[in-house]
Amino acid sequence: MTSVTMTVNGKAVTRDIEPRMLLSTFLREELGLTGTHVGCDTSQCGCCVVHVDGDSVKSCTALAVQFDGASVTTIEGLGQNGTLHPMQEAFRENHGLQCGFCTTGMIMSSVDLVKKAKEQGITIDEHYVREGLEGNICRCTGYHNIVKAVIAGAQAM
Amino acid sequence: MATNGIGSSVKRKEDLRFITGSGRYTDDIQLPHQAYACFVRSPHAHATIGSIDRSAAEAMPGVLGVFTGEDVAADGLGGLICGWMVKSKDGSPMKAGPHPILAHGKVRYVGDHVAVVVAETLQQARDAAEAVIVDYGVLPAAVDVAKTHDSGIEIHTDIPNNLVYDWEIGDKAATDAAFANAKHVTRVELINNRLVPNAMEPRAALGHYDAGMDAYTLYTTSQNPHVARLVISAFVGIAPEHKLTVIAPDVGGGFGSKIFIYAEECVCLWASKKVRRPVKWTADRTEAFLSDAHGRDHVSVAEMAMDENGQFLALRVNTKANMGAYLSTFSSCIPTYLYATLLAGQYKTPAIYCDVQAYYTNTAPVDAYRGAGRPEATYLLETLVEECAKDMQLDPAEIRRRNFIPKDAFPYQTPVALQYDTGDYEPCLDKALELADYAGFPERRRQSEAKGKLRGIGFSAYIEACGIAPSAVIGSLGAGVGLWESAKVRFSHTGKVQVLTGTHSHGQGHETTFAQLVASKLGVAYEDVDVIHGDTSKTTVGMGTYGSRSLAVGGEALVKACDKVIAKGKKIAAHLLEASEQDIVFQDGNFSVAGTDRSKSIGEIVFAALVPHNYPPGLEPGMEETAYYDPANFTYPSGVYICELEVDPDSGVVEIQKFTAVDDFGNVINPMIVEGQVHGGLAQGIGQALLENAVYDESGQLISASYMDYTMPRADDLPSFVVHTTAGTACTHNSLGVKGCGEAGAIGSPPAVMNAVADAIGTRISMPATPEKVWRALQKTQLAQAAE
Amino acid sequence: MYAFGYHRPGSVADAVKLLADHPDAKLLAGGQTFIPTLKQRLAQPSDVIDLGGIAELRGIRAEGDNLVIGAMVKHGEVMRDATVKSMIPALADMAGVIGDTQVRNRGTLGGSISNNDPAADYPGAVVGLGATVITDRRQIAGEDFFTGLFETALEEGEIVTAVSFPKPVAAAYEKFRNPASRYAMVGVFVAKTAGGVRVAVTGAGPCVFRLPEFEQALSTNFAADAIQHLNVDASGLNADIHASAEYRAHLIKVVAKRALAKIR
Repeated sequence: MTSVTMTVNGKAVTRDIEPRMLLSTFLREELGLTGTHVGCDTSQCGCCVVHVDGDSVKSCTALAVQFDGASVTTIEGLGQNGTLHPMQEAFRENHGLQCGFCTTGMIMSSVDLVKKAKEQGITIDEHYVREGLEGNICRCTGYHNIVKAVIAGAQAM
Repeated sequence: MATNGIGSSVKRKEDLRFITGSGRYTDDIQLPHQAYACFVRSPHAHATIGSIDRSAAEAMPGVLGVFTGEDVAADGLGGLICGWMVKSKDGSPMKAGPHPILAHGKVRYVGDHVAVVVAETLQQARDAAEAVIVDYGVLPAAVDVAKTHDSGIEIHTDIPNNLVYDWEIGDKAATDAAFANAKHVTRVELINNRLVPNAMEPRAALGHYDAGMDAYTLYTTSQNPHVARLVISAFVGIAPEHKLTVIAPDVGGGFGSKIFIYAEECVCLWASKKVRRPVKWTADRTEAFLSDAHGRDHVSVAEMAMDENGQFLALRVNTKANMGAYLSTFSSCIPTYLYATLLAGQYKTPAIYCDVQAYYTNTAPVDAYRGAGRPEATYLLETLVEECAKDMQLDPAEIRRRNFIPKDAFPYQTPVALQYDTGDYEPCLDKALELADYAGFPERRRQSEAKGKLRGIGFSAYIEACGIAPSAVIGSLGAGVGLWESAKVRFSHTGKVQVLTGTHSHGQGHETTFAQLVASKLGVAYEDVDVIHGDTSKTTVGMGTYGSRSLAVGGEALVKACDKVIAKGKKIAAHLLEASEQDIVFQDGNFSVAGTDRSKSIGEIVFAALVPHNYPPGLEPGMEETAYYDPANFTYPSGVYICELEVDPDSGVVEIQKFTAVDDFGNVINPMIVEGQVHGGLAQGIGQALLENAVYDESGQLISASYMDYTMPRADDLPSFVVHTTAGTACTHNSLGVKGCGEAGAIGSPPAVMNAVADAIGTRISMPATPEKVWRALQKTQLAQAAE
Repeated sequence: MYAFGYHRPGSVADAVKLLADHPDAKLLAGGQTFIPTLKQRLAQPSDVIDLGGIAELRGIRAEGDNLVIGAMVKHGEVMRDATVKSMIPALADMAGVIGDTQVRNRGTLGGSISNNDPAADYPGAVVGLGATVITDRRQIAGEDFFTGLFETALEEGEIVTAVSFPKPVAAAYEKFRNPASRYAMVGVFVAKTAGGVRVAVTGAGPCVFRLPEFEQALSTNFAADAIQHLNVDASGLNADIHASAEYRAHLIKVVAKRALAKIR
């Protein structure tokens, strides 16, 4: 067992865990943050995306022990003080979700995508969003409304 | 209230929990003292099981039990069933081999479940599963549906040629006669590629046996928990139905794959009693690829007989359908009653004959996947129609127009059993032509050619049959269940409403649409209606969600329950208002005496029903009404889809430039949700046409068993869609006038895409139209042109 | 995943010592290939040595006409880095098409080249630019580093610390993605360097390779037209359900021409 301490959604947490525990398992089973989902084994689907020190990562392709000292944000910590993040709001407004399973990862990726675009002065258009969501698979929406939601969310962010 | 009523795009109630990560899916549930299951799966497509040595596994840390098919047999359990008895041409029943929940004596596909290890942790279960030693006697495997008949391989004992059934529909003699007199016959040979449904939430199950209550609870990823309860109790025999609760909480997509009753959920429930601990299993994605029921996989030949004007005279079809290694829950009805009955499409073809041979192969079971039979029928028919147009030198829109069932011919009896109650196909075609700017296509093609690209346009005019019914008819055709739906509307003192439905939502938004419906019908606030589904201990019975049935069947049951509330409310109102019951009118939530200003709100009536101090003598207190609805017919949505795409001749890459979908869904409750359903269906249909393919090698290994090799449509593979829902023709046999929209996109789109590909490259290729396939086809035509 | 011991050294020297002490240990860099491999139980290391805590493996710096990128620099950093963009924009472009955003936020240069997946992008850039791989003990010419399918010139216990990329006169990378995995089905890195024209192909064969015929033709005319008459031999190329060897051979030329067309 290895001790790991990290800040998750603004709160410090410490656990003794097996080194082989994935970050996604740590969040879901040790911390009960089940909004982070696992949809594949090969790092493609993006249901498990969280932010680590501000960057989006696939939490099923990372060991929890790697993040000792890191700051992790999950979907549960995205909104501030009980209000929704503009991207969450945009997904709801634009019907950017159906079954909800890919949605949390999709929102986390979208927030990072928009943040990076704004930092670099990239125009957030349909092409940028479609390419930028390459790492997230949705089986329900056909992406049409997700793309709309991300563009709307970007305007509100 | 009008803003939340029928016809408005109300934002979804369920979204708040999903966007905040507060949804509760099966794998999110953790019960105290929960243990974990790991399945030992067959690495071989076909093998005998000699011995299974579990001693090493049993001795490993944390292991609570290792169980095999021998244990299942020793406990006297039954197996999984196929719930629809299809009869062959000669009247003989289909040949259903046994389908044990853990393999017994033999494995029949890669991924077949051989044993289960239950341990304290998931990692311990996996560690121990590797230590279970199975002595396999490897047998040759039959994989290809076109070759299984003569393979000499016996997959199930005493089922010759692996033939499940040889079924037919239509008038063979009339069809053959029409062909004999035809001026022209167009023929196509088609493969409908095998697909893996790939709901993003992998299947999962958590079984819990409560020894104190001698009761069982199964949390599972199901589209129809009540059917799961029925099969697990009545056929597998794990628990009596009254002691079994099946809960399908939030379910992360299904597309058909979660209709069926699977071995793993049965095993978790059974093993829970054996180890006296809750037992959880969650598929990883590779397990999902191997063991979820797959879709499609047909090999067909189709011929159309025409007169000199391109009028269809007769259609003749032969299809070989791959059923996989076992008959999954509803598999037998897919290539028969949900496929061949749709072959009339939107056309008045007078004679149709189809025969279908269904075969076992050493592959994963095949069952319903979004559209289930109807996409196969539509792909076949709409490919054939486009080829007919080419052969007759007719515009693809014109040949369809010539053959459409005219508006005044409804109700229309097709030659393949179905009677379409309503429809009007030309307006959809006209609207699609307009939205797709068909007239501008030649110019766009020239522009593409100037850039060195090939441009093509393709059509598809689909018909769907939703809400499979009525029960008496399907019963006579072999269905083992009734396909009605139940609904309950119940009020509490404060006038809040709970709606219980036997359908299940796994992305469709029933919590919203059903609340809209009840709010509109009863004049209560939308916010005051809560929809409950997916728990057999709450909803008495139900048939679940598939075949685009939830609104057309479940919604109508809800209407009936609302009608009963209103009827009872009128009695109470008449008493309170001192009027005759016949004089009470109900509108917008108020019971009024006709022609007066005297009225009582539904809240007051409900309160009176629950606090019956001043109440009609003899009338039961309470306001809780249940209704069942068994439809008189299917509903028949239809539409016209047009795909326009560009092919890069250098690489063979196909890029969709515009996809136009025009649908007639009858009346619509929530247009936003309906459009979303179409978008999702289109993505799956385009995925089938361009990207997705489940590939087994000759030995029966699934090559495309992860997202590294199975191409899932991603955002950058697809365009934004042009989706239009016409005012449409309301369904004539349900009061809502609704038809169903869940599968249309997946049904209508593959032929539109493939017809456009054929138009662009001048030759027809099979799905999926991968870059290499397109490139090779172009090489061939270029070589052919060079040789001329 | 099998159980393993975990170590997080603070220096390259400590990492080398840990590797020597644990002969069945494996190094963890970004983990974007390694962790999925562990998850599928395709590897069973006794110990995992996480290089994530070693500051000396990070950083991007210009050293004269060379761009030196630390082994633990992530693809996303290379993609966005101003120095990379100004010195070798083709390298930033290449990093920008590796995997997806999340893979780029974790995956590293050192991890990618040490693994030498035949479908990885980085080997194309290392060979295409004639880069030098720097390890804890020596420098290896990029050419000589990639020795075969998942094989490199690294010795037991040797750790890549950085790669030095010489600034080319002009360069470009183009990739034809495997539609499912999004790895390179064919990736071609073309560069006009002080030492001549280099064309490196990844994804198409068992290991990155150069195309001398293309290079020769491009030496006199560094443009797509120059290779129009050439064809690539399909023998020895990869074949799978997505692309036959013959199609890959065809794509190499198509992709090479597209790479060349980017150079203006």
